[in-house]
Amino acid sequence: MSWSKLHLAALVVGVLALAVAPAFLKTYGLYLLTLWLVYIVAAMGLNLTVGYAGLKSLAHAGFMGIGAYTVAIAMKAGISFWVATPLAVVICFLFGLLIGFPALRVQLHYLGFATLGFNVLLVLFFRNEEWLTGGTFGIQNIKRPELFGWSLNGNAAYFYLVLAVTVIAAAALAFLLRSPWGRAFAALRDNPIRAESTGVNITAYTLMSFAIGAAYAGIAGALFAPLVNFIDPSPFGVGTSLLFLLMVVVGGSGRFYGPVLGSAIALLLPEYLRFAKDWYLAIFGLSVVLMMIYLPGGLLSLKSTLQLAKSKRDAKLKEAAQ
Amino acid sequence: MHVVIGVVCPLSSHARHHHFIENWRLRPRRLRCIRGTRFNAPAQRRQPRLSMTDAIQLLISGVATGAIYAMAALGFTLLWQAAGTINFAQGEFVMLPAFAMLIAIGLGAPLWLAFFIALIASIAILGLGFKKVVVDPMRTHGVIALVVATLGLSIGLKSLVKAAYSAEPHPFPYLFGEEIVRIAGVTVSYSDIGALVVAALMVIGLQLFLNRTITGRAMQAVAQNTFAAEALGINVARMIAYTFVINAILVTVTALLITPAYLAKFDMGDNIGLKAFFAAIIGGFNNPRGALLGGVLVGVLENFAGAYVSPSYKDGVALVLFLTVILIKPDGLLGTPQERKV
Repeated sequence: MSWSKLHLAALVVGVLALAVAPAFLKTYGLYLLTLWLVYIVAAMGLNLTVGYAGLKSLAHAGFMGIGAYTVAIAMKAGISFWVATPLAVVICFLFGLLIGFPALRVQLHYLGFATLGFNVLLVLFFRNEEWLTGGTFGIQNIKRPELFGWSLNGNAAYFYLVLAVTVIAAAALAFLLRSPWGRAFAALRDNPIRAESTGVNITAYTLMSFAIGAAYAGIAGALFAPLVNFIDPSPFGVGTSLLFLLMVVVGGSGRFYGPVLGSAIALLLPEYLRFAKDWYLAIFGLSVVLMMIYLPGGLLSLKSTLQLAKSKRDAKLKEAAQ
Repeated sequence: MHVVIGVVCPLSSHARHHHFIENWRLRPRRLRCIRGTRFNAPAQRRQPRLSMTDAIQLLISGVATGAIYAMAALGFTLLWQAAGTINFAQGEFVMLPAFAMLIAIGLGAPLWLAFFIALIASIAILGLGFKKVVVDPMRTHGVIALVVATLGLSIGLKSLVKAAYSAEPHPFPYLFGEEIVRIAGVTVSYSDIGALVVAALMVIGLQLFLNRTITGRAMQAVAQNTFAAEALGINVARMIAYTFVINAILVTVTALLITPAYLAKFDMGDNIGLKAFFAAIIGGFNNPRGALLGGVLVGVLENFAGAYVSPSYKDGVALVLFLTVILIKPDGLLGTPQERKV
């Protein structure tokens, strides 16, 4: 069996395992599993921006908030979930372009600051514009959608919706990365100036990777609001955005399955270990520092890092032997 | 920061505001008017007309706050210049000395002694320790790895203080007292004047040190061109270590001045750190004087926007200013263009 077939088989087994999981889980476990998938969708988008295109975005939770609020407000106004979600995605995409444009005119690391500030502004907006967002009281009783007359209100039913969206979003991302666009993104990350000289329009591609990443956060937000039934500004703050970036890096930025691992470590475990959340985050944050020293490519790069170290050692031994 | 114009709620000091806002869920709806306005007067029923003396008051307290931002921004800029370090944990570097002082005061030390204890601990841990443990091993990994590491450090330190000490805001003694003076109809607080004077002395002193002493000039040489500086016989490693020490001093003084108004809280660094970044970039990332200009601009404009536009969006002013500046002058107001390296 070739590697790619093995990969495909593992993927099918993984998705099947997720598909039968609801039968074995209680309400809270299923909720956590659904939440994990939602965060994976968001983190996949950020992985495109950070890992493949090499941009630092620190407003990902904010974009997720835009998605969640758009869907919540639209559904409260009587608009269907199936209309509200594409709307949320488009709005996030446009906001991504809007914020990326001025920051990208200058040095790339400014984007980190611009997006961080944008997230602060978004939280202020969510908190202060009570007429629209309900302020700190948030929006309550967000209903789960129906599909062709089937109610997706049950926890398992909603889980399957989120699973389907996750698989589709992942497939779309895989397709995008294999297309010439994906190669352009990688070229951009590795050497922007060389990419430009070979005819890649770096401003356009950078903006696109940023805006597509934001759109993925929009999808995640749109799924998040009906999942928890209640939204307020707190889950969309700067702190969550920082965690998003860290989860992509910890999982292994620029690795397709990095977000799957990263979101489990950075968002799911703290949620599960609620009683010791602060201690967990303290240890997590400080371990990130250690990881950046010893394993800057993320957990999924462990194998290649070890291989590299081994080959270096072998080369040294060879040199010594000669 | 201490503007009390148009306050409807019977809470005049914004420190108390802050405290109430932290616990707003516990309060009856009567106090809803203060929700969401973190450090300022309530949004509703604000009197739109402000007089000239109000404007002067706003200017003075804005410059005072801005000078404090400038100190944090200055440390940030120096680290970037000399060591290529973007420190995303700069806000937490202000928060930690505040808690160190709080603990020392809790053990019975007077404020001045607490400050010196915090200063020494800060130089050892946030200055040299940070350099040795975090920055040095990552010298070869590039800027991005360090950015991520300091982000992790930021979350780790915040959560550590929250878990090990407290999640509540703690009052912090004013260095210059809470009294208010009236000069020609303009009301100013001692703490604003004091903060302004101390911050100005720090910044000017640092400028003199950098420009007039041999060590300071050597540090600038290292910042401009490390290889040339080394060729001239400058001890580069030592100069970089000095930079970290100076940053540690700056953040401790910043903590001393800003904590009475912000209250000591585990996440107090979020706001200060962000303002320091923006101030540094607005002024010019590669010019220490830029940090001062950027800090004061942010402080003053924030105060005016809070009073004349909307107190709720005060914290957004720095972002708008930042976006405007980088659209017009990408290297900051006082910065010089930097070459791109292939």
